[in-house]
Amino acid sequence: MLLVGASGAGKSTVLHAIAGLLDPEAAAEHEGDVLVDGRPAAIARDRIGMLFQDPEASLVMSRTGDDVAFGLENAGVPREQIWPRVDAALRAVGFRHGLDRPTSALSGGEQQRLALAGALARRPSVLLLDEPTANLDPDGTTLVLDAVRRGVETSGTTLVMVEHRVDRAIDLVDRVVVVEPGGGVVEDGPPSKVFGRQADALTAAGVWVPSRWTGNTADGSARPITTLHHHSADAPPTGSVAEPTPNQPRLRASGVSRTYPGAPAAALQPADLTLHAGEAVCVTGANGSGKSTLAMILAGLTRPDTGGAFLTDDARRPLHRWRARRLCRRIGTVFQDPEHQFVAASVADELMIGPRRAGMDPAQAERRRTELLERLRLQHLAGANPYTLSGGEKRRLSVATALATAPDVLILDEPTFGQDAQTWAELLRLCARLRDDGTALFAVTHDLEFAAALADRRVAMHDGTITAPTAAHAEIPGRTT
Amino acid sequence: MLAANAVGVRTRGPLAGRNPVAKLGAAFLPAVVLLASVDPVSSGLILATAVLSVPAWGLRWRDVARRGWPLALAVGTIAIGNAVFTGRKGGTVLVDAGPLLLTSESVVAGGTAGMRLAAIAVPGVLAVLTIDPVDLADSLAAHLRVSPRFAYGSLAALRLAPLLATEWEILGRARRARGLQAGGNPVAAVRLFGGRLFALLVGAVRRGSQLAAAMDARGFDSRGPRTCARSTHFTRADTTLLLGSGVLTATAVVLAVATGQWSAVL
Repeated sequence: MLLVGASGAGKSTVLHAIAGLLDPEAAAEHEGDVLVDGRPAAIARDRIGMLFQDPEASLVMSRTGDDVAFGLENAGVPREQIWPRVDAALRAVGFRHGLDRPTSALSGGEQQRLALAGALARRPSVLLLDEPTANLDPDGTTLVLDAVRRGVETSGTTLVMVEHRVDRAIDLVDRVVVVEPGGGVVEDGPPSKVFGRQADALTAAGVWVPSRWTGNTADGSARPITTLHHHSADAPPTGSVAEPTPNQPRLRASGVSRTYPGAPAAALQPADLTLHAGEAVCVTGANGSGKSTLAMILAGLTRPDTGGAFLTDDARRPLHRWRARRLCRRIGTVFQDPEHQFVAASVADELMIGPRRAGMDPAQAERRRTELLERLRLQHLAGANPYTLSGGEKRRLSVATALATAPDVLILDEPTFGQDAQTWAELLRLCARLRDDGTALFAVTHDLEFAAALADRRVAMHDGTITAPTAAHAEIPGRTT
Repeated sequence: MLAANAVGVRTRGPLAGRNPVAKLGAAFLPAVVLLASVDPVSSGLILATAVLSVPAWGLRWRDVARRGWPLALAVGTIAIGNAVFTGRKGGTVLVDAGPLLLTSESVVAGGTAGMRLAAIAVPGVLAVLTIDPVDLADSLAAHLRVSPRFAYGSLAALRLAPLLATEWEILGRARRARGLQAGGNPVAAVRLFGGRLFALLVGAVRRGSQLAAAMDARGFDSRGPRTCARSTHFTRADTTLLLGSGVLTATAVVLAVATGQWSAVL
C-alpha cells in the first residue's frame, strides 16, 4: 500500500501510529486504536518492521552483522538461531559485504539496505517505509526499492510506504490511500482507480502523481511544469537586478581540489568550472562523488587545498578568503537542511540579518524583505519562529534568506530534497526566474527531473572528478535560445 | 573524524584479547592506590610496568605517544607547576630568578607529581585504546549486570558522535554564508559560538530521538528477556590479569613503604 498526501497531511504520523511509536501522553489529543494482528500496536511491536528516512540515524551498531542481530536480541531469540536469521535477511536484501564491515563505511543506499535487513530479520507481518529513499542518489534508490521487492515478495508481509518517488514505488503496491491535511483518508483504492480519476486534482493539492497517469512528458517525469528555459513568458524581469549581458562569466574556479583530513581519497580532484550570468548549472552524481564539496568551494565556504574560486570582478582574492559580510552580498547559499541556516527568532528577522551584515541600506533591505515574503508566500508567517514552520515553508524561507542580499550567484545543495509537488514547482519557477534575471545558479541535485527542467548546462561527477559536462541543449527538445 | 579516533579498536596481543571488564579493573586498581600516596617508588614501578607492557596490548609505543599527547601535556604542566610552587625548596639551588626559585628538592617533587599522574592515567589509556565499544557494552551487560538499555543505548549514542562533528562544520559554513563570522571580535565570537552550539544541540536532540524511535521500532523497549548475539566470556586469563594487577600494586606499596618513600596524601 502506498500512502500519499501533501506535505503536512499526516503520512508519517500514520506510520508511527501503526508502529506503536506514538506516545499518547505526549499528544494533546489522541483517539482511536491501531490493531496489528488483532492486538494494539504498542504491544504488537514485534510484528512490525520500520524503515526511516535517514539511515545514519537508524543504524545502532558499528558492524553490519551486529546491527541486523540487534532486533533479534531484543526479541530474545536464542543465539544459535540469530546468526542464520541474520545471514538469511542479508541475502534477502542482496547485501554483498561481510558481517564485520563497519556500518560507517557503507554508502547511503547500502546503509538503508542494511536497515531493511534489520527489519526483515524480525519477520514482521507489517513493514513500514517512511520515505526510505529521500537521502539517496538514483542508484541507491534502485538498490533499496529492489531490496524491498525481494524482501516482501517471498514473505507475505504487508507493506505500507510513504514515498515521494512515486514512479519508482508504484510497481511495489496494489493499493493507494490518499490523506489530506485535516481531512483524513479521502481516497482508497487500486492505483489505476485513485490516480486515474484524480490525477489533476491530486497534483494541484501537492501530491506526487506517477507519470503514467499524468502522461505529460516522454522521459517519464510527471511535473506540473516540465521545462523552464531561458526567458519563459511568465518571468518578466523584475528590475531589481540589472539586465545581464548574456554569457558573461561571473564566477570562475580553477584547479580547485580538496581532501578531507584522514580520508583515503580526495573528495574533489583538481577541477575547473565557470559560471555565467543568467545561467543555471546542475550537478548530478552519486553520494560522495564530490558535488557538495565543489559547491561549498564555489560558495567560498570551504577552503580548497589547491586553486581557488574567484568572482570575475575580483580576480585577486579567492572567495574562501573573503570576509563573511562581503561574501554574503555576492553569493547566496541554500543548504540541504534548511534548519542549518536559521539564526534568528522570527521569519522577518531572519531576512534582515544578511542585509544588515552586508551593510545594505535599511530601507532597501526592508523593501526586499517585503518582496521576498510575498514572492515566497511567507507573509502570514513573518512573526513565526523558523523552527516551527512546515518542511515546505522552511525550504522557502531558507531560499529567501539566501536571496535577501540580492546576490548575483546562488548555490543550492539539494534544494528539492523532501519537498511536495507544489513546493517543487514553486522552487523550479523561482530558480528559472532568478536565472532569467541574470543570477548565476549552481544546483547540486539527485533530482534528475529538476535538473532536466532547469539546467542550461549539466555537469556529472564521479569519484571526485567532473566526468561529463554536457550542454542541456541537446537533451531537451524545443528549448528556445 | 576526530571522535571516531577517540574510541578503541580490536588489536592483537596477549593483553589485547582480554575481557574489557578485566582490562578496566586491572587499570583501575593501581590508580586507586596511587591516589593515596605521592612517592617516586610506587608510581615509578607501575608506570614502568605499564610502558613495558605496551606491545602486549597489541599497540606500538609510537602510536601510544602520538595519541596520548594531551596526557603528556598534562603531565608536563603538573610537573613544572609542582616544581615551581612546591613548599619544599631545600637542596642545591638550580635556578634563582627573583620569584622563580628551583632547587634540587623542588625538581624532584615536580617530577614525582608528574610521574604519579602518568602512572594513574597510562594503564587506563592502554585499556581504553584496545577496548572495542561493542565488546565493552556486551561484557558490562553480561558480567557487571549493567542494564542493557543503558549499555546499548550509550553505544548507539557513541555512533552519533562523528555525525555531530560533521554537523558542527556545516553549521559554521551556514553561518558564514549568512554573513555571520566573528572576524577578530571576541564578543561576536562568543555570541556566534553560543548560537552554533545551540543549533548543534537542537540537531543532536532531534537525531537522538530519531535513533531512539528506530531502536524501539526494533523492539529495544520490549520488556521480555533479551539475548546477546555475541558470546562474552570471563576466562582464567582475565582472572590472571586482575590478579597480576593486584600483585603489582601490592609490590609497589610494599617497596615504597620499605624504602621509606611512602607519603600518604590523606
